[in-house]
Amino acid sequence: MNDLLRSLVEAYGPSGFEDALRDLIRPLVEPHADDISVDAMGNLLVHKSTAAAGALKVMIAAHIDEIGVMATHITEKGFLRFTNIGGVMPHTLLGNRVRFADGTIGVIGVDHSDDRGAIQPLSKHFIDVGATGREDCPVRVGDAAGFDRAFVARGNYLTAKSMDDRIGCYVAIEALRRLPADVPHDVTFVFSVQEEVGTRGAEAAANRILPDVGIALDVTRTGDVPEAKAMSVSLGDGPAIKVRDSGMIAHAGLVRLMRRRAEEAGIRYQMEVLDGGSTDARSMQVAGPGCAAGCISIPCRYVHSPSETVDSRDVEGCIQLLVALLSGSIDL
Amino acid sequence: MDTFDLLKRLTETPGPSGNEHAIAAALQEMWRPLVDETTIDRVGSLVAIKRGAGETEPRPRILLAAHADELGLMVTNIVAHGGNGFLRVTNLGGVDRRHLMGQTAVVHGREPLTGILGGLPDARLPERERGQAYTYDNLVLDVGLPIDRLRELVSVGDFVSFRQPLRRLQKNRVAGKALDNRASLAALTLCLEALQARRHTWDVVAVATAQEETIYLGAYTSGHAQRPDIAVAIDVCHAKGPGANDGELAELGGGPSLGLGAEIHPAVHRALKEAAEALEMSVTVSANARGAGTDAYALQTAREGIPTGLVEIPLRYMHTMVETADTGDVERAGRLLAEMIARLDDAFLPNLREELMRPDNRKDNGQ
Amino acid sequence: MNQLLQQLTEAVGVSGGEKEVRLLLRDLIAGHVDEWSVDAMGNLLATKRGTGAMDMRVLVDAHMDEVGLLISEIESGGMLRFDTVGGFDDRALLGKVVQIGPQKVIGVIGARAIHLLKSGEYGKTVKADAMRIDIGAKNKDGAAAKVKVGDYAAFVTAYEENAAAGGRIAIGKAFDNRAGCAALVELLRGERFPFDLVAAFTVQEEVGLRGAKIAAYSTRPDAALVLECTPAYDLPSEADASPNVALGWGASVYVMDARTIQAPRLVAHLTRTADARGIAYQIRQPGGGGTNTGAIQRGAAGIPVATLAVPGRYAHTPTMMISLDDYDSVVRLAEAALRGLTPEIVRHS
Repeated sequence: MNDLLRSLVEAYGPSGFEDALRDLIRPLVEPHADDISVDAMGNLLVHKSTAAAGALKVMIAAHIDEIGVMATHITEKGFLRFTNIGGVMPHTLLGNRVRFADGTIGVIGVDHSDDRGAIQPLSKHFIDVGATGREDCPVRVGDAAGFDRAFVARGNYLTAKSMDDRIGCYVAIEALRRLPADVPHDVTFVFSVQEEVGTRGAEAAANRILPDVGIALDVTRTGDVPEAKAMSVSLGDGPAIKVRDSGMIAHAGLVRLMRRRAEEAGIRYQMEVLDGGSTDARSMQVAGPGCAAGCISIPCRYVHSPSETVDSRDVEGCIQLLVALLSGSIDL
Repeated sequence: MDTFDLLKRLTETPGPSGNEHAIAAALQEMWRPLVDETTIDRVGSLVAIKRGAGETEPRPRILLAAHADELGLMVTNIVAHGGNGFLRVTNLGGVDRRHLMGQTAVVHGREPLTGILGGLPDARLPERERGQAYTYDNLVLDVGLPIDRLRELVSVGDFVSFRQPLRRLQKNRVAGKALDNRASLAALTLCLEALQARRHTWDVVAVATAQEETIYLGAYTSGHAQRPDIAVAIDVCHAKGPGANDGELAELGGGPSLGLGAEIHPAVHRALKEAAEALEMSVTVSANARGAGTDAYALQTAREGIPTGLVEIPLRYMHTMVETADTGDVERAGRLLAEMIARLDDAFLPNLREELMRPDNRKDNGQ
Repeated sequence: MNQLLQQLTEAVGVSGGEKEVRLLLRDLIAGHVDEWSVDAMGNLLATKRGTGAMDMRVLVDAHMDEVGLLISEIESGGMLRFDTVGGFDDRALLGKVVQIGPQKVIGVIGARAIHLLKSGEYGKTVKADAMRIDIGAKNKDGAAAKVKVGDYAAFVTAYEENAAAGGRIAIGKAFDNRAGCAALVELLRGERFPFDLVAAFTVQEEVGLRGAKIAAYSTRPDAALVLECTPAYDLPSEADASPNVALGWGASVYVMDARTIQAPRLVAHLTRTADARGIAYQIRQPGGGGTNTGAIQRGAAGIPVATLAVPGRYAHTPTMMISLDDYDSVVRLAEAALRGLTPEIVRHS
C-alpha cells in the first residue's frame, strides 16, 4: 500500500498542472479499463462498460490535483510574490517549502511585523528560490509550484502533503483492481483535475458523461483533535458517508443504499455533515438533467496543511464500501 | 379547495431542501387530475406536463418553476448530558437563526420526533456568548429522550423540518412557515385548475423544483431536461412591513410583482404584463440588477439559454416561521399565469426572437 | 481616429440591455461573416467559415456589455433610484453624467454641496444607495414620462485620442470590453482562417459571465479565445509589486484568475507566437479577477481556453485609458496565434 501511496502523494500536481499524476496513474489502471481517455481539461477517464441492458451510468471521481501557489511578481532582489492555487491557509506558510515543475525548491518567508503573534495574509509572504535578482531567477510570473514534503507512515496513521485527494485516487485505483469483471453498471472512474479551485474538472467530465449516479471519493475534516470545531467524524471510525456539505445535499436514496451496503458487508462507517468545503459530487449533481450524487469520505486531520493525516483502516473500509456498492444493484 | 386550505396543506407538509419527497408526493396527488403526466425526477423535482391543444408538432412548451423545498435544519451531532440526549443542528438554506429559540421542529429519524429548539438563558451562557443571537453551537434540539433511545432513533445527517400551523390573520392575510415557496406552488395549482377550462395551444410543464434554497438544483436540471421554449419562475418577494419601507418593495395584497433585469427576457415580461392588463389586475414591476435570487437565475442559462420571466408573490418576514402573505395575491398570481399561458400562440416565438434585434422606438410621452 | 473604437465605446450596452451595441456590431460585421444569429439571451453569434484545411471550430469571445446603472424606482419628487449593474466602486459615481433608457435622457448624479456637509462627513465614501439620478423632472409623473423602472443608464463619455501622446493613447468609456469587441471585428474582417471561426459577442459578462455560458454550450467549440480589457494599476507606487498589467507593455496574456486556469498549451502557443513575431506581450498578474473563460471552459465537455487582453486604466469608471499600441498588439497576436493553431495544440495527447 505505502509504496503506491508514497508515489502518489509525493508527485507534483497543483491544480491545472496535473500531467505527472496522469502519467503515473494511467498505466496502473489501464489493465482494468475497457477504454481510457484524457479530455480537453486533462481529466483521465477510465471506463468499464457492461453488457447489462438498461444499466445505470455511474461516475466515480477522485481528484488528482493538489493545492499550491503561483508566482505573481518577481522583486528586484529576486524574491517571488505569489498567489494561492486553491485553499492555501496563511498560517501553514512560514518555513514551508515549495517545488516548481522544473524541480526548483523555494522556501517561504514573511514580511517583518512587530506583531509576531498575528498571522500575516498570503500577500505578505514571499518565496526565496536563491536568486539575487530578476535576471538569475529561475521562475517566471505564472509558474506554479506544489508544496514539498515527504510521506510518512506512523502505524495506522499515514501523513503527507496531499492526502487530499491522492488517498481518494488510491481508493479508486484499488477498487478498480478489486472489482469483478462483470460490474452491472456502466462505470467511469474519473481522475479529475482542478477540484481545489472549484471542482472544475469534474464539472466538464460530468457534462460529458451525464451520469445517473455520481460519487466522489474525497477527504473530510474530523472533530477528534483538541478543541476542534464540533464534528461527529473521527479518524479510525471508518469511511464517512456524506449527507451534506456546503455545496451539496447528497441524494437521500443513495445515502440509504450506502448505509445498507456497509451494514451488509460488515463495514464500520460513520455519517458526515460537513460545514464548509465541498467535493466533485456537487458538480456531478447539477450536470445536465441532474444525477443522484453522493460522496464516500476518507476522514482526514489537518486538511490543507503539509501533514494531512488519514487512518489506513478507514482507507481499507472506503475501498470495501465502494466495491460493495458498485458490485450490487443500485436501486434508488 | 379554498385557498387557505390549499396553503395550509402545502405549508404543513414537510420538505426541507434535499428531502422534498413528502411535498413532491402531496403535489403529485393534487396535480395528477389536472395534467397528463407526472414524474418525480432524479434530483427530487416533481415534473407535471399538461399538453396543449396546438396541432403543430412539436408543440412549443412553457416551463413554470416554483421551488418545493423549504428551509430546514440537519442533525450534526448527538450529545449526551446526564443520561439525556440532545441534538446539535445546522441550517439547510438561509435560515434566520435569530428566530430559532423557542420554535418546535420535527426530526425525521427512524420515526418523526417533535422537539424544541432551546438554549440556556444569558446568565448561564459563557460571557462571550451573552447578548448575542443564539448560534448552532449553543442551541439544542431537544426531543426529551434518554441518550440511548435517541441514538437508536436519530442519526447524524437526519433532516429536521419546522413545525408551525398556518394561521389566519385579519382580512385575507395568513401566516406560517414555508409560504416561501408554497404560496407559489398554491398559485401554480390554481393556474393548473384554471387551465382546465381554458384552451391553451402550448404544452405546460409545471415543475416543483428541488433544492432552490441551496443551489437552484431543480431549476438547472429541469431546464436542461425539459428543453422549454420559455420559462417563468414563481417565487416570493419582500413586501413592505416593519423595518422594510423602501419604495421599491411590493405591497402585501397589491398583486403579484413582475421581475425585470438582466435575468428576464423582455418578451416574456411583456407577455405577463399584457396578461395582467387583460385581466385589469394590478401588478408591480420590480427591477433588480443583481437578480432576484430565484430559479430564474438557473433557468435562463440552461442549455442554449431559455427566455425567462419572473412572477413574485409579496411576503413579509421571509425565511422565518411567521412568513405572512395575502391569499388574494396567491389567487391573482394563479389567474395571471393561466391568462398568460392561454394567450401564447404561434406568433409568440418568432416575435420573441425578433425582440432582441428590434430597434427601440419608445414614444416620447411629452412633458 | 479609430472609428471602430469610437463607435463601439460611444454606444450604450449595460449588462442585460445590450441591444444598441448588438445592432451596431451586426452592422459592423455584415458582409464579413457567412452567417449570424442572436440567441435567447441576446448573444450575437457569427460564423466565418474556414478554408476547409482544418476540421476544427474555434470560438472567439468578446463581451459587449458594460457596467452601468438600472433604474429601480421613480420617487415622488421625480428623482430616480438606481441599482449598480456589475462591479462598481461607489466613489466613481458621484458627480457623473448619465444617459438613461432608449431615449438617452440625460441625468446627473448630484450630491449635497461641500458647504452643506455636516462635520465629519467630508472624506467619507457616499454609498450608491444614498445617491439619486436627477433628470430635472418636477415630479414623479414628469420623470415617468421619460424614464421607466427597468431602464438602464450608462455614463456619457466621448471617445478621444490624445494628440500629445502621438495619438497612441485613447480615452473613453467602456473599453472594457468594446476594445475586445473591436479586435474581434477586425479578425472577422480579415482573411478566412484554416478552421471555422465562431465569433461570440456575448451579453452579461459583468453580472457573472452569463451570456458566454450558453454561447459555449450552443457552439461547442474545440477551443476558445477570449478578448478582453484588463485593469492596469501602473500608477506611481513605492511598492515593489506587480501592476497587474501596464499600459504600453503589450498584449496581456492570462495564466490564472479567480475563475480559470487557462489551458497551459494555449498559453504557451500565445507566448511562443508573440516571441516569434516580435509582438509585445506581458503576463497578467495571476490571481483574482475573471473573464468569460470561466463560463466557457466547463460548459460543454471541457474546452481549452485562453485570454488576451488590452490593458486599461480606470476600469469600471466613466473614463478609461488604453494604449492603441497595446490594442494593436492584441489584434496582431490574436490573428497570428489563431492562424498558427493546430489540432495538436488544442487537444490533449
